[in-house]
Amino acid sequence: MTEKIIVAGFGGQGIMIMSKFLSCLAVATDRFTTYLPAYGAEVRGGTAHCMVIISDEEIYSPLIEKADSAIIMNEPSLIRFENRIKEGGVLFLNKSLINIKPKRNDFKTIEVPFTEIAQGTGNIKCANAVALGAYLAYKKIAPEDKIYAVLYKMLDGLSKEIIALNQKALEEGLNYGLPR
Amino acid sequence: MSEKILITGNEAIAEAAIQAGARFYAGYPITPQNEIPAYMAKRMPEVGGVFIQSESELAAISMVMGAAACGFRALTSSSSPGISLKQEGISYIAGAELPAVIVNIMRAGPGLGNIWPAQSDYFQATKGGGHGDYHNIVLAPASVQEAFDLTQFAFELADKYRNPVMVLGDGLLGQMMEPILVPRSSFLVPREESKQSTKHEAQSTKTWALTGCKDRKPNLVASFRMREGDLEKLNQHLQEKYQEIEGKEQGFEALDIADANTIIVAYGTMARIAKGAIKTLRAKNIKVGLIRPITLWPFPKDIFDRVKGQGLRVKFLAVEMSYGQMVEDVRLAVGSEYMVEFLGRSGGGIPSEEEIAYSVERIADRKTKRYPLNAKR
Repeated sequence: MTEKIIVAGFGGQGIMIMSKFLSCLAVATDRFTTYLPAYGAEVRGGTAHCMVIISDEEIYSPLIEKADSAIIMNEPSLIRFENRIKEGGVLFLNKSLINIKPKRNDFKTIEVPFTEIAQGTGNIKCANAVALGAYLAYKKIAPEDKIYAVLYKMLDGLSKEIIALNQKALEEGLNYGLPR
Repeated sequence: MSEKILITGNEAIAEAAIQAGARFYAGYPITPQNEIPAYMAKRMPEVGGVFIQSESELAAISMVMGAAACGFRALTSSSSPGISLKQEGISYIAGAELPAVIVNIMRAGPGLGNIWPAQSDYFQATKGGGHGDYHNIVLAPASVQEAFDLTQFAFELADKYRNPVMVLGDGLLGQMMEPILVPRSSFLVPREESKQSTKHEAQSTKTWALTGCKDRKPNLVASFRMREGDLEKLNQHLQEKYQEIEGKEQGFEALDIADANTIIVAYGTMARIAKGAIKTLRAKNIKVGLIRPITLWPFPKDIFDRVKGQGLRVKFLAVEMSYGQMVEDVRLAVGSEYMVEFLGRSGGGIPSEEEIAYSVERIADRKTKRYPLNAKR
């Protein structure tokens, strides 16, 4: 199995941390992984993206030409990365902040209002955890116990409230009821 | 006992230096290597070492020279334009025969250039860079694990030969995270213990170091030799040392070369991308292999002699994130009777797997040399 994922949104949406979660999950399931953040002259509120590869085999290039999956959290990122999704790939799209439709129809698009769901859990900042949940529920790249183990490890040392909030947001994503 | 951790190339280099016993770091910030000074700022005080954000790159390399003269394992890091500024100090360190580690996480040039990954500092790293007849030992990691391992090895080589050693990576390697195995036992170094052991070790093993000359003859560390004949003697000694290093320390990885008609030569991140192309080409039954120099100086000439010894009329394709630097060493290593082609991009572009595969297929049935082979986009 090799899964190439592009995660993109704006600075502050937690793009890097959700990408790191995916790489940590690969480590927890004894797979190879690379995590390549955009490290350009990024500005607050500007675009942020990260390329994550998870594989059972050694990974050569950490760059992703064509992604199996893309988690797109805002509209500029959809415009920028739509052409980097491979034919037959999956696009996870944040319906709350994206008012346009993808131009291509040769990949599957799953629209979820990540930001609105996060607001419902009590904190808009958790949209990334909701998106992670939705992605993991659909792609099933790791068992649930590993997903929670990584969540607790990454939030280790933070307050009970923060941990509970993130867990709730992740569960909302996992249980959203995505089409199979 | 080891532990698996997810870490960036930059942080792996910094932690490796700490675990190798480095207790002095000086540097000035520059993208894409800022995680190294950031990590050192936090970690050096924990292990009783010294972290200094210097006022300039020249100051940083001079401080490293001073710490090395006192017997400490010391390092500095920067990216291309910053490494240019350090060249005077590196030449002095080579002339004074001091062990020091210099990390260059390359970005694209010339000039201030930009912050994207590149391999355009190969000439500067391997051919001297500063003034005078000297060589750095240059190590080129291709993964985060190797960045960790080779940084530790860099300190061993530096001490063994009393010579500057450069760890040469690119922005991609520095910024990328990969899981690596690190020895758990040395991941946390108790402060007091580390402080003492480093000091005593330095004094006992480096008899030439400036450690205070009470009850012994003073040591002298200098790169200045005015008396007639002295400098020539030093230079002859240095040349003998470089010959010894060339004989003993060549490092490389060879992949699928036994039956190859075309051998790609690439180092660092570029070699990883080449491996992806080789997988695709081999699936199409195209006989292609890879030589990945791990030591850029000394250049691993011996493996090229072995390939020539197989009696194959093999063709070579050097692939670099530059406009043709390492390719010159490949040509010197194989001689004029072999075809050596080149593919390269720099300034933000990175030759892709597709471009490499395309170039290999194009030269597979070529009879005569035609330069260059740069893919046009």
